[in-house]
Amino acid sequence: MTTLQLSERFKTFKVPPGLIGPLLITAVVVAAHFSFGILDGWQKFAAALGVAVITESVLHKIVTGKWRNLSSAYISGNSAGILVRSPMIWPFALCAAISIASKYVFRFRGTHIWNPTNFGIVVMLLIASDSMAVLSIQWGSNMWAMLVIWIVGFLVISKVKLFHVCAVYMISFFAFAWIRSLYTGGIFLAEVAPITGPMYQLFVLFMITDPKTTVSTKNGRMFVAFLIALVEMFFRFGEAVYAPFYALFIVGPIALIIDKLWQERKDKQLTGTSDIEKIRT
Amino acid sequence: MVFFGILRPPKVPAMKKEVQNKIVVTLIFLILISIPFGMKKYEEFTSDSFDADMDMALERYGFFLEDVTESIGVNFVHRRATVDERLHHILPQISSVGASVTVVDFNNDGLHDFYLTNSEFGEKNALYKNMGDGTFKDVAEEMGIADLNIPGLGASMGSVWGDYNNNGFEDLFLYRWGKPELFRNENGEGFTRVTEEAGLPDHINANTAIWLDYNRNGFLDLFIGGYYHEDVNLFELTSTQMMPDSYEYATNGGLNFLFENQGDGTFKDVSEQVGLHQSRRWTLAAAAADINDSGFPDIILANDYGVDEIFINRNGEYFFNTGQEAGLGFVPKSGMSVSIGDVMNQNSFAIYITNISEAGVLMQGNNLWVPTRQVSEDIPRFRNIAGNMGVEIGEWGYAGKFVDLNNNGNIDLYVANGYVSDEPDTDYWYDYARVVGGNRAVIIDANNWPPMNNRTFSGYQTNKIWLNDGAGRFREVARSVGGDLNLDSRSVAYADLFGTGSMDLIVANQHQPVKIYRNHVKPEHNWIGFKLEGTKSNRSAIGATVILHRENNSTRKYVSGGDAFSSQSQRPVHFGLGEEKSIRRVELRWPSGTVQIIDELELNQYHKITEATE
Repeated sequence: MTTLQLSERFKTFKVPPGLIGPLLITAVVVAAHFSFGILDGWQKFAAALGVAVITESVLHKIVTGKWRNLSSAYISGNSAGILVRSPMIWPFALCAAISIASKYVFRFRGTHIWNPTNFGIVVMLLIASDSMAVLSIQWGSNMWAMLVIWIVGFLVISKVKLFHVCAVYMISFFAFAWIRSLYTGGIFLAEVAPITGPMYQLFVLFMITDPKTTVSTKNGRMFVAFLIALVEMFFRFGEAVYAPFYALFIVGPIALIIDKLWQERKDKQLTGTSDIEKIRT
Repeated sequence: MVFFGILRPPKVPAMKKEVQNKIVVTLIFLILISIPFGMKKYEEFTSDSFDADMDMALERYGFFLEDVTESIGVNFVHRRATVDERLHHILPQISSVGASVTVVDFNNDGLHDFYLTNSEFGEKNALYKNMGDGTFKDVAEEMGIADLNIPGLGASMGSVWGDYNNNGFEDLFLYRWGKPELFRNENGEGFTRVTEEAGLPDHINANTAIWLDYNRNGFLDLFIGGYYHEDVNLFELTSTQMMPDSYEYATNGGLNFLFENQGDGTFKDVSEQVGLHQSRRWTLAAAAADINDSGFPDIILANDYGVDEIFINRNGEYFFNTGQEAGLGFVPKSGMSVSIGDVMNQNSFAIYITNISEAGVLMQGNNLWVPTRQVSEDIPRFRNIAGNMGVEIGEWGYAGKFVDLNNNGNIDLYVANGYVSDEPDTDYWYDYARVVGGNRAVIIDANNWPPMNNRTFSGYQTNKIWLNDGAGRFREVARSVGGDLNLDSRSVAYADLFGTGSMDLIVANQHQPVKIYRNHVKPEHNWIGFKLEGTKSNRSAIGATVILHRENNSTRKYVSGGDAFSSQSQRPVHFGLGEEKSIRRVELRWPSGTVQIIDELELNQYHKITEATE
């Protein structure tokens, strides 16, 4: 093979869309851990990842009788492995298992309605808050790691045409941070500070952009991103440390259900129209 | 065909099977979310905690703690330092330390006295002299070591005692946010300030100091751990950018110092030369003991906002940081205290480091590092087994102290908890979490930290008393044994204050009164103690290791020059023996290298042992 041919192949090489998420999260985990030791330990991370994959395999087999692609479980396991903070192993495993199980229990019109990790984290905070917390510190002490992850993340998200979701959410977050600082008399930088941390990077890059649990239209997605930031503001007024997770937990499924119903109605109308046309002809 | 109809399962319609599958999946989900609830119920079921009752506690746990603070004449109340007004909006967390306690027999009358630090300018430190009749009297003023919180010089953060000039009397080193001070003990009749002639620096924001003889020359050297950067004057700030630059990876703390005793009353700063100026972590606690049996004391540091460190002493010439290789320097937490003890009676030292755990917000867990194997000839490898042994989840921890409270031969753990108790039912965690989750540019500037406005911050937490069952588990018994204290405890020291052979407790609380607990121990439990005096070694015998060989095992303790969080316990080494009637022998490893073996010792008394000169 000539250099020219190699070069042509490189130019035309495309990562399959299904692998973009797993590759991105793997890059984030590996870079963050080897730079800053962000993981609590490989055993805990492996527990989250392993349990996510096993739970997905077992439950899918029970429900459909078939084995399935595990990339979604891989992302959920990674997210649980990074986001859960606990000196014990079991909260990592349990969060991963609950995340995956939620996909098979809470369904509407054939699809799950919560982002699995979001569901797992919120439920764990409700049932096991004395044994775990959520990642809330930053990547090291310099700005570069944070910027690199944001840039790479946005580039990848752009590839799957979901950058508008991140953009609307972030703009809304900053706007609401300003409103919160006006309302509480607090320091604007303190209101903005959380978005500079890794918890928000995972939230923005992986949760609110989860293709399975986002609505079908571009405008709808942007509106939902805005709503998440809005609801988050109210949770922040109530001093909820993990406000974004709670906001997505509430807004996400409601938006998805409305979207499904609206789509159905639209489809019905279309079908109805075409039937009438058929009769006329 | 009836026959086949019986053998074959009836055909399940697709819809019915789907429902069945749904039920199975839902059941699995319900089981999963009920796991934490089930674990809590199991813990409650297996717990045998009861309200404080001396008879029951003595019978079941072998000891009971009685709060005797007032009745023995101790009325000390700590007041926090008032720092620069630009930090007043977060004053309770900036000035969250300074309450400390150290035990000393300053006049060699054979009774344990104790020294308490205060921190607000004008407030006085106290030296409580043991009157021998069960009461104590504050003599700090007449001894010249009371009025030490002075604008321009700084606020007291702690103290540590050691006979630096080998004259037989314990001298006082006081560390501050400000100028550290050395006071020479004049035959137990008073103290003379010798800071300038000793050659100590003008300003360190220190929260820990320990005595050790790092080069085994017979003179005590001084290690001082820096917290805030030494260029920061907390009482006259030049910049508000003095907070940590990261919550778990901070790189802008104070330097650590080692001052080598020259033997003539002066000290030389050898920190850089021996390799202690390699990092700028926020050191909150230090302890020194020979953890690798090299004969030289190693230094273990608990660092806030970062990883902990072990500095292995190589032949008294230099230290090298083996935190990562040893296993405890990788995951960053908020190290607050270091305590060293033979937790499983295996004749080796384990290390206990407290951190911060707050339900639902920050779960770091405390660490109990036990040696597992050697990485190399002089580097032991440690494994954290705090979870397995049940001593992991404290709360906002400060001093974590190993002490055998019931004289049964297994060292227990007293862990001080609680950060800022202010207005009840308020909470600063939300604001705190916002800032510490932010980037360097945000977290480093005190101006960006939201005001506390009298809010409680991990306050009203109860100290833990974990009782070692000797079989690999600890049980929390504070409520049942009378030790249910929910003040903002910082520093804890133990001493046989009443000459009963049991370890009484002194707990210093931030911006609150000190508490003294008299320890009533089951009389059937025997003990033995050793008062060591060095000849070739430093006279305080700091760094000596005592190995007690019993019928079934051997266990070790060491003479500490300060440990846990800002504390120092009684100098004599004390071993509980349970119902054992004798010991096989005692092996003394003096800092000089001399090894002394002693047989046939009487139990239930302290034995004074002078280092053999041959």
